[in-house]
Amino acid sequence: MRVAEHLNEALHALLDADPAVHVLGEDIVDPYGGAFKITKGLSTKHGSRVISTPLSEGGIVGVGAGLALAGDRAIVEIMFGDFAALAFDQLLNFASKSTTMYGRRVPIPLIVRCPTGGRRGYGPTHSQSLQKHFIGIPGLDLYELSPFHDAHALLATMFARQNPCVLFEDKVLYTRRICRDGVVDDLFRFELVGGWARVYADGDLPPDCVLIAPGGLTDRALEAMRDLLIDHEITCVLLVPERLYPLDPAPVMQVLRGAGTIVVAEDGSAGGTWGAEVSRLLHPELWASLSGPIRLVSAADSIIPTAAHLEREVLVQADTIRRAVLA
Amino acid sequence: MIGAIQERVRALTPVADADLGRMLRIRHFERALLRLFERGQLNGTTHTCLGQEHVPVAVSGLLDPDDYVFSNHRGHGHFLARHDEPHALLAEIMGRAGAVCNGVGGSQHVYHERFLSTGVQGESLPVAVGVALRLKRVTPGRLACAYIGDGTWGEGSVYEALNMAQLWRAPLLVVVEHNRIAQSTPTTAQLSGSIAGRAAGFGVLHHRIESVDVNVIRAELAPLAAVVRSEFRPVVAEIAVHRAGPHSKGDDTRTPEELREAAEGDWHPRYAEAFPEQFARLDEEQRAFIARMVDDVLIRPASEWERP
Ligand SMILES: Cc1ncc(C[n+]2csc(CCOP(=O)(O)OP(=O)(O)O)c2C)c(N)n1
Ligand SMILES: [Mg+2]
Repeated sequence: MRVAEHLNEALHALLDADPAVHVLGEDIVDPYGGAFKITKGLSTKHGSRVISTPLSEGGIVGVGAGLALAGDRAIVEIMFGDFAALAFDQLLNFASKSTTMYGRRVPIPLIVRCPTGGRRGYGPTHSQSLQKHFIGIPGLDLYELSPFHDAHALLATMFARQNPCVLFEDKVLYTRRICRDGVVDDLFRFELVGGWARVYADGDLPPDCVLIAPGGLTDRALEAMRDLLIDHEITCVLLVPERLYPLDPAPVMQVLRGAGTIVVAEDGSAGGTWGAEVSRLLHPELWASLSGPIRLVSAADSIIPTAAHLEREVLVQADTIRRAVLA
Repeated sequence: MIGAIQERVRALTPVADADLGRMLRIRHFERALLRLFERGQLNGTTHTCLGQEHVPVAVSGLLDPDDYVFSNHRGHGHFLARHDEPHALLAEIMGRAGAVCNGVGGSQHVYHERFLSTGVQGESLPVAVGVALRLKRVTPGRLACAYIGDGTWGEGSVYEALNMAQLWRAPLLVVVEHNRIAQSTPTTAQLSGSIAGRAAGFGVLHHRIESVDVNVIRAELAPLAAVVRSEFRPVVAEIAVHRAGPHSKGDDTRTPEELREAAEGDWHPRYAEAFPEQFARLDEEQRAFIARMVDDVLIRPASEWERP
């Protein structure tokens, strides 16, 4: 099953299970079913709880926050994650703050879904990975879809925290297969530990390198790991957290302590990155066991060009990760 | 509906070769894009203006080279009506040498002389107000023209811009291509009230044009553009059009009836019927021109861009 279908199934199940759940977004109702078809079938089955909206990103995130404030649970799809910028005020100054700024805990069960990332030639305003811009906002939790984490459980986890959440969903990942029963492919296996997926080729040896990356990087990270193993006999473990912020490294600390080299990869542009935040958390803990500073891989400090040959130069490729490990 | 029927039976006025030729040039350009997509020769996405080509051709006839044009995702016609540079635009869309923006911006992000497009709906309107204010100060009589769709009236920036434009007397001509749909959502499901009513709320002049006749559209727009230029005030010109093609590529979920209606509202078969000889001659000319243009661009090397 593809990641897109799996997420669609999880949304169906959520709407089935809980009459308080509402889904809003541009062009999400049938027969169109959303720009990336993640909401396909939802409106046919759940009618008025699945709403196609005007082009009003700021407005619909505000409406979602209002539904959530008053006792419903809301999922808002931003057609292209880039346009979450238009909803930034609602997230920063209302939804996230409201959980605490009234002097008591106010639950806001709101999920803002953001199809994210490039590699599809959509150009500078339809290809960005904006995770880093949402980091460090008190009361706002950031998650990312991966092929390893079960989407049903992920949605449940996000709602359970009663905080507004942004869920980043890599657009190319939608087309990839989900991984189940601990199997990735002929070479790699995985296990889930406290919200993290640990992906490895050989479970016993301490790896030469630990790679930390959000779910959207999975295909490129695995390709790099395969090359490194086969061509260079370098073993890597990949760690994929479901929650990017606030990050809880405790469940994987053991794995991290065993690695001299740590590389953090992400799709956002260079500067002020998620990787910098991960390093901030890990450096004090791991200073003694590291062979050098944590290495950061990101897209270039650049807009994302439209033409494929130019886009490729800017975005993270498997080779970018491979070279960072070999450096 | 009655208006639509009346419109269909009303005869088209004789059309200049230059106008019909440009409308057909844009049509062939857009068709060529869809063909290139089908053959897997085009990367990414694109939004064609099939059915709406006559609007920018009518508008561009009223523009001065010093006017600014702000365009959106469906901007190929806006560009080609103002700048007869299809090679440079196709090269942009295909990332080939000679591209207007080195292949960086692609279909939706073009900046050429005083033409600028961007892919975030509504974003350009406040920018157009700023540009218009400078034009008024520096070269009075020049205007900023911004094309937007009906669906873009969902964005708050549209209202902030209209308010400021009227308040500060910005020479801004907003051309609304009202094709009654936004991506897959009919206007009736995303717009309450009317565009006329919304403009009225800000005291902004509004005029709606129902015709597909390029001369009629231009004639109705001409006094509006003159008001914008001489009185320094914004005008919203709403033009009824039909989107004859998909939103981008292969994503049309309209019913057969809706598609038939859209096809009936298309200027293309009506001009073919009204002016068969002129149409056939110009159509063949433009078909051949665009075919040569595509061949020329296809053999070009990849565009180069020096990353800042
Ligand atoms: C801020 C923003 N939201 C959503 C989109 C995605 N999108 C591109 S075009 C479009 C529909 C626009 O409809 P309309 O304004 O009527 O123009 P039309 O496509 O009909 O020409 C949508 C939703 C976008 N580009 N920008
Ligand atoms: Mg429209």
